[in-house]
Amino acid sequence: MPATLHPPTRRVLLLGSGVLFAWAAVPRVARAEGRDPRFLTIVLRGGLDGLAVVAPVGDPDWGKLRREKSLAAEGPTPALPLDGFFALNPAMPNLHRLYKADQATIVHAAATPYRERSHFDGQDVLESGLPKPGAADTGWLNRALAALEPGGRVAPRGRQAFAVGPITPLVVRGPAPVLSWVPPRLPPVSDDTTMRLLDLYRHTDPTFARILEERVGLAAIAKAGGMNSEPGDERPAVQGGGIAQVRTYFADAAGAAAKFLAEPQGPRVAALAFDGWDTHVDEGTVKGRLANLLGALDGAIAAIETSMGEAWRETVVVLVTEFGRTARLNGNDGTDHGTATVALLAGGALKGGRIIADWPGVKDADLYEKRDLKPTTDLRTVLKGLLADHLGADPRSLETAVFPDSSAAKPLQGLLA
Amino acid sequence: MARDPRAAALVLHRFGFGPRTGSIAAIAADPPAVLLAELDKPDAGQITKPDLPTSAAVNRAVFEYQAERNAKQKLARKEAEQLAMANPGKESATQAAAAEPPAKPEEVPLPRQLFLNEARTRIDAALNAEIGFVERLVWFWSNHFCVNQDKTVMAGGYEREAIRPHVLGRFSDMLLAAEGHPAMLFYLDNAQSIGPNSVAGVNRDKGLNENLAREILELHTLGVRTVYTQADVTNFAKVLTGWTILPTATNPDQGGEFVYLKRAHEPGPQTVVGKDYDDTGIEQGRAVLADLARHPMTAKHIATKLARHFIADDPPPPLVDRLTQSFLNTDGDLKELTKALIAAPEAWAPDQAKIKRPGEWIVAALRATGLSGDIGRIVGGMALLGEPLWRPPAPKGFSDDNAAWLDGLAQRLDAANTFAQRVGEKLDAEAVADTALGPLALAETRRAIASAESKPQALTFVLMAPEFQRR
Repeated sequence: MPATLHPPTRRVLLLGSGVLFAWAAVPRVARAEGRDPRFLTIVLRGGLDGLAVVAPVGDPDWGKLRREKSLAAEGPTPALPLDGFFALNPAMPNLHRLYKADQATIVHAAATPYRERSHFDGQDVLESGLPKPGAADTGWLNRALAALEPGGRVAPRGRQAFAVGPITPLVVRGPAPVLSWVPPRLPPVSDDTTMRLLDLYRHTDPTFARILEERVGLAAIAKAGGMNSEPGDERPAVQGGGIAQVRTYFADAAGAAAKFLAEPQGPRVAALAFDGWDTHVDEGTVKGRLANLLGALDGAIAAIETSMGEAWRETVVVLVTEFGRTARLNGNDGTDHGTATVALLAGGALKGGRIIADWPGVKDADLYEKRDLKPTTDLRTVLKGLLADHLGADPRSLETAVFPDSSAAKPLQGLLA
Repeated sequence: MARDPRAAALVLHRFGFGPRTGSIAAIAADPPAVLLAELDKPDAGQITKPDLPTSAAVNRAVFEYQAERNAKQKLARKEAEQLAMANPGKESATQAAAAEPPAKPEEVPLPRQLFLNEARTRIDAALNAEIGFVERLVWFWSNHFCVNQDKTVMAGGYEREAIRPHVLGRFSDMLLAAEGHPAMLFYLDNAQSIGPNSVAGVNRDKGLNENLAREILELHTLGVRTVYTQADVTNFAKVLTGWTILPTATNPDQGGEFVYLKRAHEPGPQTVVGKDYDDTGIEQGRAVLADLARHPMTAKHIATKLARHFIADDPPPPLVDRLTQSFLNTDGDLKELTKALIAAPEAWAPDQAKIKRPGEWIVAALRATGLSGDIGRIVGGMALLGEPLWRPPAPKGFSDDNAAWLDGLAQRLDAANTFAQRVGEKLDAEAVADTALGPLALAETRRAIASAESKPQALTFVLMAPEFQRR
């Protein structure tokens, strides 16, 4: 169960002038190491086709696999070269720029321990951090945060996990308090109404009281950072409709998360989720649906970089998905649910410009169950490496509380600059 | 049985859409009997509005609308280009013409209007019911067999045609109606799946799409991690090839309707979940669905989901067992299953363990205040609160766990406040509390309402009270 924040007193709430919440006024304590890391996890729901994001254009078997429907080094829309063997989807120029600037890393042929092909179980394993689905209602990111040593790299005020969107992703649920933020689309309620309702909840419904307290704290940060967008805009808070709307939603949500993380008194660890990667029909790798979505994702990465400002150099963004897709195209120029895929890392704190892959090959005999890219990197090694080196997570807690039964998946060293 | 207003209020919130004026008193004489009686009403759960178009007609109308709009835009662009060529100095002419909106801003586009008509019909059915139990069942099953309006344009018609006729009928019939409906075949890509060895597959070098087959096994029937394998998914996908839709572009009268296309059906027998099925054409798929509908794992899956929706996130195992048995003993008779649910003592626990989903809460607020609401605002509110009507984020549908909705409480407060600012001056919040909460109202809630600084604030407290948010 999430811990309780310091409940704001009536007096604090009535102080007004932007200082709505007691801890918004607490002076920032400088940490010994002088680092103030930011960590943002973006869950790509639906199963992202890793071979459509980063393709092994130097692999002689690659061209045969998907023929003209695949990324290629040559042609009218050539992929963006990375290291001579792999190339990036041309819809992602920002990620390419960051890669060239050593601020992006690509992990390929990676997978969670999950080996079936259900989205929902796959997401469960990806986000819970457990080896099997259906076993937890908390996520690895939240448990990692909760397990951090007091006085460590992450400031006490950064001990809230942060989520953007009307439904909080599992990865960020858990014992550490979660602040969830939806850009306001309605005129905000008065402080007086909020305070009275909070009083009612404290006497009648502790769960509701906790949620409302968190909202009050968040409103204080948002006010301080000037993040309350104009109310009255009735755009739906969830994505849907045309690609322009998706682009806007991706950039808005990611940018909002970055703005909160950049705030001196803001949270330090955040998560959000983007849907829409389940490309069963007319995948459109180079031109079409997936190219559009990857373009929107690239825009979101750019929005994070911009919104982070100075904090970008202390930032790691990790983009992960529940599984990859079939290596070959299915009967409808799409792909069905598969296994290994890419994980994308971006941020100024990375030692980037690298591709981390033990390439399994794409010959028939090299494929997992003769259909999917074979997993050769356990995604947990990457996540554990980042949590240890970036947030200063204790190695023992990574093997027990954060990723139970993962001792074989050693934290990957040297991901950070 | 003695009058029991408390049980009456609980029934209205837990199994219905919340009380309207006088509801609690009206059913207090025997709440369980009134609940049961709703199931026995003739045409329970059906929509009898002859002016609503069928889903196939909607599909055709939206297709024609979009084709015409595209043509108009293309013509406008052409004219602008010609104009620009004639006047090479005025570069902005092309841009100005291209930027011109295709329709007058106040005109609601046809697809949106058709959607709003369906939405209004659905909301009205919930507003006008005495308790709303059957409507809640419709919402539950529609979410179990969900499709997405953005992809299919016919989610409303689908619900009326495939879900409503069977909410008190047999599960096997609903399963067949849902999986064979054009909206589902389109949503989960089966319309385009072609047997690799079928005539169409060989001629056009096309093949399977396993999306629908997988989700039927995982989400609609057996449940994930049960008794099926990747081979079962692939074989079932082969069985379902040929289940497709008549193309709208070339069939102005029947486009968008279901058709079995033998030419696209994978020939030969298939094994699915341990049983062999001869190639009997469309009957092969029907036979697999009929067996899946009767499978014990399906019974357990459905029983768990139903109990989770109405009773608790983690429903008591004895309750799930009883519901499973009812499903198996009655060959998936959903009316009997529903009766077994309300016959269970667990269904009458005094704790309001579940949080209303956003749509349920919005309807309850309208019922409590006696308003019918603007349909654009209603669907806008559902979207803002994370439950956009007929637009689930994934084939699993919207979550039935409290945790998924708890974080939206602050957004509900903004929505309640906006609603109360608009209508609260004209309403007596204490009377609304009597209507909506009755004996469930806590003393603290009553005090907060009585001491509110304004009428809208008092109404906000009624709608945000834990007794009203929970069910």
